Amino acid sequence: MIARSSILATHHEIQPVVKGRANISFIGSRSFLLEAPGEFDLPAQRFIWALSQTVSAWADVAEVIPGMTNLLTLFKETPADPDAVVGRLLEAWDNAASIDLSGKTVEIPVHYGGEYATDLAALCDFSGLSDREVVRIHHEATYRVFALGSAPGFGYLHGLDGRIYMPRKTVPSIKMEKGCVTIGGMQTGVAMLTGPNGWNSIGYADLKMFDPTSATPALLAPGDTVRFVPARVEL
Amino acid sequence: MIEILETGPFNTVQDLGRPGFRNIGVTAGGAMDSLAVKTGNILVGNEPDAAVIEVQTFPFKLRVSMPMIFAVTGADGLVLLNGKDVLPWCAHLAKGGDVLELRQPVKRARAYVAVAGGLDVLVLMGSRSTALRGNFGGNDGRPLAKGDHLKTGTQENILPLPASGLAVVEPSQALANVFPDIVEGVLQVRAIPAGEHHLFADDGEAFWGQVWRISSRSDRTGYRLSGEPIKPTETREMRSHGVVPGVVQVPPGGEPIIQMSDANTAGGYPKIAGVIEADLWRLGQANPGGKIRFVRTSHEEARQVEQAVKTYLEDIKRTADMVKRALKAMA
Repeated sequence: MIARSSILATHHEIQPVVKGRANISFIGSRSFLLEAPGEFDLPAQRFIWALSQTVSAWADVAEVIPGMTNLLTLFKETPADPDAVVGRLLEAWDNAASIDLSGKTVEIPVHYGGEYATDLAALCDFSGLSDREVVRIHHEATYRVFALGSAPGFGYLHGLDGRIYMPRKTVPSIKMEKGCVTIGGMQTGVAMLTGPNGWNSIGYADLKMFDPTSATPALLAPGDTVRFVPARVEL
Repeated sequence: MIEILETGPFNTVQDLGRPGFRNIGVTAGGAMDSLAVKTGNILVGNEPDAAVIEVQTFPFKLRVSMPMIFAVTGADGLVLLNGKDVLPWCAHLAKGGDVLELRQPVKRARAYVAVAGGLDVLVLMGSRSTALRGNFGGNDGRPLAKGDHLKTGTQENILPLPASGLAVVEPSQALANVFPDIVEGVLQVRAIPAGEHHLFADDGEAFWGQVWRISSRSDRTGYRLSGEPIKPTETREMRSHGVVPGVVQVPPGGEPIIQMSDANTAGGYPKIAGVIEADLWRLGQANPGGKIRFVRTSHEEARQVEQAVKTYLEDIKRTADMVKRALKAMA
């Protein structure tokens, strides 16, 4: 069920967008967080992807972690001159071209409704839509993987239709099953671990998305396109 | 081969972790007291990042099936070999069949058992450490249990050990000039203000000013602190971003959480501060119920501490090698 196009990153330049000044803060003495100004959107994320590529090539950098329109950079040791590091990061941000990652397309078969869709009814109440409409709107959209994080292989997906927006729960579910297809605010994703989870489950996907023994442990990568394909709808 | 004879919950195989995969959501993990691991490994003649046993629930007992050089570092509890006291922070030679026992430490939280050759478990994503989040790595991705057997690796160029063992002055003493004293039972933890510190206004000062207690709901993932809650003056919608061990986040309740070795890789709570990497091992040795105070520091000071630790490790490596080579020459 998984259609994959080439992983080859055929970056293509996109019309430059005016960038504002990024904000930089510290976590401990070795990590620097750069946050893009402006909206939580694809143009901002494209700059982050470009910045991530530039910064990860720096000799004194141990690791970069792209987030949602931000980038955490871990240095191998505490920099002697943190102000100079801030300067380098800001300069790299200013010079970052907007790139698109032409990732692969991943189709995720979903069993919508049923026993794992513990929050579908609540989502219907919140949105005023029928369960059938919620499911249709969710699977008709095309999503982009903005970043991975939180749990091994978990992809933060952008592209949710605003009609099925649903805030995260104030009291998380104690034990949500791995594989639950969830909505958290304007984001959607597939739970990677069984455990406490504040997102809202509307279905279940039985697809292996993380394998620590593989050379590429995570199925998803930033830039990938994700489509949810209804394998079964049980309403 | 090592056989686990007795263990509490949550004792695991650890090394220095698997950094480099946080961008796919995999926590770096690794030992809570990395300095004890490096020291132990150097003592037994391993590379600093060889896999060891992290013991955080006691008593813990193992038996070796063949002669083996080992060292116990980290905690301050009794270490017994066949029922007799042996020095911690010291490499010893155990005979086949010997039983090593670690008793409950007095003040510290975690002990490490390093053996010559390291623990030979499968390397996954560049590390032998146990990832309890995701259940992979280490010993089948789970804590050690009674009856488990662990293989040990082989060492090239094995050098002899003095008959009385080979000991070091432990880091907290050798590096006393760069690590602040524990004042009236309060661990001083150095930190640098983080991204949302300014949002806390006066509560920011309350954060640095008060003594926090490490709550019982604390583990390798993070320490929850109890104290006078601190609140930001405005709620800002945070976008999910990468986090690292040491980040001090403040959830809506106002009691901070310090992310530790098994830190989540991403977070969105306001961050008030970040503990400097060089002080994380001291936190790793703090127990639930323990008291801490955050002390504001600078990159410059953090760098000095980092350099001092590096020098300490280089020194003990040089000395250990020298002693062993001299013994070999005399033999």
